[in-house]
Amino acid sequence: MIATTHFLVVSAFLFCIGMYAVLAKKNAIMVLIGIELMVNAAVINLVAFSKFDKINMEGQITALFAIVIAASTVAITLSLILRVYRYHKNIDPNKITELKEK
Amino acid sequence: MEAAIFYLISATVIISALIVVSLENIARALFLFFVVLLGVAALYVFALADFVAIIQIMVYVGGVLILMLFAFMLSSKELLKSIEAKEDRFISVPKWSAVLMCSLLLAILLSNARELLIPTWVIESIKSKQVLSSTDNTIENIGYQFMTRYVFQFEFISIFLLAALIGATHIARKDKTL
Repeated sequence: MIATTHFLVVSAFLFCIGMYAVLAKKNAIMVLIGIELMVNAAVINLVAFSKFDKINMEGQITALFAIVIAASTVAITLSLILRVYRYHKNIDPNKITELKEK
Repeated sequence: MEAAIFYLISATVIISALIVVSLENIARALFLFFVVLLGVAALYVFALADFVAIIQIMVYVGGVLILMLFAFMLSSKELLKSIEAKEDRFISVPKWSAVLMCSLLLAILLSNARELLIPTWVIESIKSKQVLSSTDNTIENIGYQFMTRYVFQFEFISIFLLAALIGATHIARKDKTL
């Protein structure tokens, strides 16, 4: 049986790596990958603590809901990235600074 | 033996996540992201959550990554070109301010992990022998929970998923008029 702390340490590493991608990458798809890494880190925490909840298993069920919501987020975000690329010819988050259409 | 495999998988996950965020080529990073997601699914198995691991493989590896690859490779060829033409380097130069911030957050999290404050409900469940063991059938329990206690959330999220997919196809369509 692996101790819960080990899962928490792995998830802390994954969360920080994902945050680095969100902060530093110059491409919206890489920022999306960073967000997915952070979601996965959170889900590892939920699943690790669900071990102590044999009857209700709230952690695992919340993890399933979180995975479904992350999947729909990815679908919406990718279509938004394609739309933004068609308007601005660019998906660098630093360079997209205006909301109005050209 | 179990601990050794766990550490091996964790090291694989962390190192490949580090390579993913430092690669310059996005297609390579997306393919390496497969390894991260499969490794995280293996970690779920170690946390005795078989069903979540299967869903992780089906939804993330089978759905989300394929969607990302399709959006990246099929829908906009010029997108691939403009990114690849910019840089010839294999590994991107890290941004030191972001590295500093993330490593500080990591230090805070790890310093908390050394003396973890265990919640009272965890202590109570250990006392009353409510801890999941590897022989328990979790899938049956999850099915009962979804059909009884969480039935409203279950139906709501199916409507939500349908709305999200319709919205995504509506936003991504080709014509100019919004």
